[in-house]
Amino acid sequence: MNSASRSLLSIEQLDAGEILKILKFARSMDPDRPRPLLKGKRVFLLFYEASTRTRTSFEVAAKSLGAQTVLIQSAGSSIEKGESLLDTGYTLRALGADVIVIRHPNAGAAHVMERHIDVPIINAGDGLHEHPSQALLDANTILRNKKSFKGLQVAIVGDIFHSRVARSACHLLSKFGVKIILCGPHELVPEIATTIAPGVSVARDVNDALHGTDVLMLLRVQTERLAGLKIDPADYIARYQMTSARLKMAKKDCILMHPGPIIRGLELTSEVADGMQSRILEQVRNGVPTRMAILARAVGKMR
Amino acid sequence: MSRPSAERTTHAAALVIKGGHVIDPASHIDAPMDILLRGGRVAEIAPPNKLTRGGEAAKKFDARGLVVAPGFIDLHVHLREPGQTHKETIATGTAAAAAGGFTSVCTMPNTIPVVDSVEWIEWLKSPARGAIVNVFPIAAATRGSKGGALTDFRALQLAGAIAVTDDGKPILEDSMMREALLLGGQLNLPVVQHAEDTRMTENCSMHAGAKSFRLGLRGMPSAAESVIVERDIRLALQIFNARLHVAHLSTADALKSVRRAKSAKAKVTCEVTPHHFTLIDDDMRDYDSNYKMNPPLRGAADLEAVLAALADGTVDAIATDHAPHAAHEKQMEFERAAFGITGLETALALAITKLYREKRISLARVVELFTAGPARCFDLPGRGSLAVGSVADVTIFDPTSKWAFHAAKSLSKSKNTPFDGWELTGKVMATIVGGKIVYVA
Repeated sequence: MNSASRSLLSIEQLDAGEILKILKFARSMDPDRPRPLLKGKRVFLLFYEASTRTRTSFEVAAKSLGAQTVLIQSAGSSIEKGESLLDTGYTLRALGADVIVIRHPNAGAAHVMERHIDVPIINAGDGLHEHPSQALLDANTILRNKKSFKGLQVAIVGDIFHSRVARSACHLLSKFGVKIILCGPHELVPEIATTIAPGVSVARDVNDALHGTDVLMLLRVQTERLAGLKIDPADYIARYQMTSARLKMAKKDCILMHPGPIIRGLELTSEVADGMQSRILEQVRNGVPTRMAILARAVGKMR
Repeated sequence: MSRPSAERTTHAAALVIKGGHVIDPASHIDAPMDILLRGGRVAEIAPPNKLTRGGEAAKKFDARGLVVAPGFIDLHVHLREPGQTHKETIATGTAAAAAGGFTSVCTMPNTIPVVDSVEWIEWLKSPARGAIVNVFPIAAATRGSKGGALTDFRALQLAGAIAVTDDGKPILEDSMMREALLLGGQLNLPVVQHAEDTRMTENCSMHAGAKSFRLGLRGMPSAAESVIVERDIRLALQIFNARLHVAHLSTADALKSVRRAKSAKAKVTCEVTPHHFTLIDDDMRDYDSNYKMNPPLRGAADLEAVLAALADGTVDAIATDHAPHAAHEKQMEFERAAFGITGLETALALAITKLYREKRISLARVVELFTAGPARCFDLPGRGSLAVGSVADVTIFDPTSKWAFHAAKSLSKSKNTPFDGWELTGKVMATIVGGKIVYVA
C-alpha cells in the first residue's frame, strides 16, 4: 500500500468492504490496552480550524498507539505569516512526519496536500465537504446499538448544507443500503442534497422524518448562519428542535446522535440530550478507537 | 470614424501561399486557392496556379493539404501587463497566441494598474512590449474598474481602445451600465460585459449544482449570469446604437436572452470559450484548480445550449479568456486558488475536435467563429477576411493532424490548463501577421 491509498480523504472514495474493515479493526482497538502499532512514528496534527473533540481524540488515539504527536495550529505558527498550505506540508514532511492529520476550513484541502506530499494524509474535516473519521465513529456507534445496517432508517435533522458530517454520513450509510432522510428548511436542506448518494430523500416536516426512524442524527445549528439565511431562530426551534414529545414519533428504540458541540435549547432540549436514547457521549468514546484504527491503517498496520 | 491602425509599418517581403484550401467565410470562399501577400496586404487570391502576379514573390509557403484561413482573432485574453509579469507578458502571451493561430488578440484591462487611461493604451501598443501578433487593447469602462465613474471613452478610443469593459467583474449598477451603453452608442464603441451578479456569487468557486453540493463548495447559480444579460439587453434595446458584447457566455438562459435580442435586431454580440463547449462541472476531479474559472464550468444542459448556440448563429465568436496564473497561485486550496485557465494554444484544436469532428458545426463555421465573427463584434476593418486589400493576417492549419497538447511545452509563461496531455485533432501549422510568418509548427 502506498501513502495515497493509506490516506483517508473522504468516505465517498472508500468502498463498503474497506469501510467494514476499518470498522472491524476499530472495534478491536482499546485505548486502555494500548498496542505499540505507531511506536517511533510522528503524527502531525495540523489544525487550521478550532476543534476540541476531533483534535484531542486523534491525539489520544495516536499516543495510545505509541506515536509522538505534534500539534500545529494556525495561530502562533508560520501559517499566520502567510505560509501556503503546501509549504507547510513540505515542512512537516521534512520534519519526519509519518502521518499528517489535517483540519481545514476549505473543502478539498486534504486532497491538495495528498496530491503533492508523499505522506499519508488524514482528513479531520475540510470545509463543507467531508468529515470521514466522524462518519466512521458514528457508524460504529450505530453498529453497537443496532447490530447491522440492514433495513435501517436514519434521519439527519439540521443544517445539512453547511455540514461535512452530514455529507460523510450520507456516503457511508448509503453504501450499506440505509434509507436516509434529510430534514430542515430549504435554506439548510436544498433539494439537490438528494443527489449526493442513492437512498437519500428530503423531508421538510420533522414528524415525517422521524416516522419509522431507527437513528436520529442532529446537527449543530449556528445562530449566525440562521441570521445570514434570514431564518428566525424561534421559528427554527418551533419547527425542528428535538423535544421529548417529538422523539416519540420515531421508533421506540431509536437512538439519538449528535457530532457535537451541542447547543442546548436550540437544536435539542437538555432533556433529550441527557435522555435514555441519547448516544452523544458514546459517540465521543467511540472516537478514540476509530481514530486508532485510521492511524494504524495510515502506517500500514491495519491487519 | 477614424481609428489608428494597429498595423506594422515595416512590411515583410511578398509571400505566396500555394496549394492550400482557403476557407474565408467573410468572402464566401471555401475552395482551393493560392494567395499573394504583399505590402502587408492580401494582394491577390486566385484558383490554383492562376495567380497573375505570383512570380513577384520571392518566398513561397507550401500549403498543400492545409486549410488557409484569415488570421484568427481572440476577443478575450489576459496578457497580465502591466503589473503581473510573473503570470504572463505581452511577449510570451503573443508568442502563445501565434502558436495557437491567433494573429490578433484583444487584451483585457484588469491589470495592475487597470488600463483606464490613454497612457496605458499607448504603453500597451508600444513596439517595446515585444508583441509578435496584433494587440488590440480593451480599456476599462469605469475608472479603476471600480464602477464609480465612466472612463474617457472618446480619448481611449482615439488612442486605440477597441472596446470598453470592467472584465473580471461586472458593470453592476443599472445606471452605470446605462451610461456606458449610451456613451458607447454615441461613439460606436462596444461595451463588453462580464455578466455576473456578484451579489449572488460571494465566496463561490464553481457552478451551483449537484457537484458543488457534493464537494462542499459554494456554487454560483446560473441566474447570476442570466439576470445581468437580461438586464443589459433590456437597457441596450432602449438606447440608440447601443453595442453590447457579452463575454464568455456559459448558461442556457443567457444564450436564450441573446438569441431573443438578436431577433429583436439589438446590436448584441457574444462569445463563448473553448472550455465551456468542452467541459462540464462534473469533469472536475479532486479539487483540481485547473478546472476553476469564472464563469465556471456549468452543467450538461448548459453545455448542450452552448453547442446549439454555436450552430444556430447566436454565438458570434469563440474567445479563449486566456487567463494565465503562476503555479503557486493555483496549487492551493480550491476555494482560494485564482480563477482562470490558459487557452490560446488549445482553442482551435478543441473547436475542431469538439465542434467539427463531432459534427456540431462545419469547418467553415469554425473558421468564421475565429475570424469574421470576432472581427464584426469589435469592428476590426481589414481583419477576419482574405479579400484583396485585407491585412495580410493568415492562419494555416491542418484539420486532420492529431497531436497531444503538453502544458510544459506551452509558450505561455503559465501552465494552468485542464487540457494537459489531451489528444486533439487540428493543428496550427503557420501564423502570418502583416505578411510576416511569426510561427511555424
